[in-house]
Amino acid sequence: MENKVRQFLASRFADAILREDNFRGQQAFHIRPELLLAICEALLGDPDLEVRYLSDITSVDWLGHEKEMGGRFEVVYNLYSLKHRYRFFLKVFLPADNPTIASLTPLWNGANWMEREVWDMMGITFAGHPDLTKILTPDDLEGHPLRRDFPLTYEVPHFSWNKDQPPEVIR
Amino acid sequence: MGLEDKIPDSIILTSLEKMVNWARKRSMWPLGFGLACCAIEMMSTFMSKYDMARYGMEVFRPSPRQADLMIVAGRVSMKMVPVIRTLYEQMPNPKWVISMGACASCGGVFNNYAILQGVDRIIPVDIYVPGCPPRPEQLMDGILKLHAKIDTEKLKGGRDEWGRTSVR
Repeated sequence: MENKVRQFLASRFADAILREDNFRGQQAFHIRPELLLAICEALLGDPDLEVRYLSDITSVDWLGHEKEMGGRFEVVYNLYSLKHRYRFFLKVFLPADNPTIASLTPLWNGANWMEREVWDMMGITFAGHPDLTKILTPDDLEGHPLRRDFPLTYEVPHFSWNKDQPPEVIR
Repeated sequence: MGLEDKIPDSIILTSLEKMVNWARKRSMWPLGFGLACCAIEMMSTFMSKYDMARYGMEVFRPSPRQADLMIVAGRVSMKMVPVIRTLYEQMPNPKWVISMGACASCGGVFNNYAILQGVDRIIPVDIYVPGCPPRPEQLMDGILKLHAKIDTEKLKGGRDEWGRTSVR
């Protein structure tokens, strides 16, 4: 099955695969962001592969490692073929300023909330998403908490030397 | 005293204030809600090994309208803040609050955007129980301390800034 996916992608989207890595049997393809929707549509529609299940969408912030990774934000698509019981990953890298990727909601309705979560926590815009609004964080929170440059602490802790001062909120 | 000699054995003389406080502390019904891992210790406290039924408080009330005591067991997330405030305001007077564990008392290790840094910023707290999480013995000690506090309350004490009648 591992070879099937590779051959399928190589035959139809030869220039889309930037690199491929395999970690303990988990296969991941790094692909060009602009071809994501076309690749997913082909995987979904192929009668042999039948990659019908979008398990999850997550993201990684590679702040400080943009050069070697090829972009600051990584979006990971966790796909599963029910027919072959085979799971693999598609990964795209997006630039630090205005990271945008096509939404997968035209293919999977389940992508709706997953993309909202990634947008809410990491600030990646999904073009074509029907309702890209907050899903997890409080309404008054500004920013995207999972980004590495989001402040780690909320306010200065109180010790004996600053117990009389009002708490300083860092956020 | 001469008066006790004249009355039958089944009658005890006391002040109304003492008797009301005794009734309140011996039938204190907690609100049944837990927020995090402290709730597991709270449940353990109310189970048969530690058995809070000895203090007349084994009935967790699912409705705040029937509860006297709110045990904030666990970290309070920012999205939980309006819920806790509403639950507290729905509880009838007199009412008490125990802040259980480090997270409810001061935010604990979760000094970040998602966690309220101490539940005493939204509701008044009577007893703080430290620990991460506190053992059932610690929670029971906090409850006994709350009993001692209730013993000192006045019937006609007025209301404090939170609208509580249960003040010293």
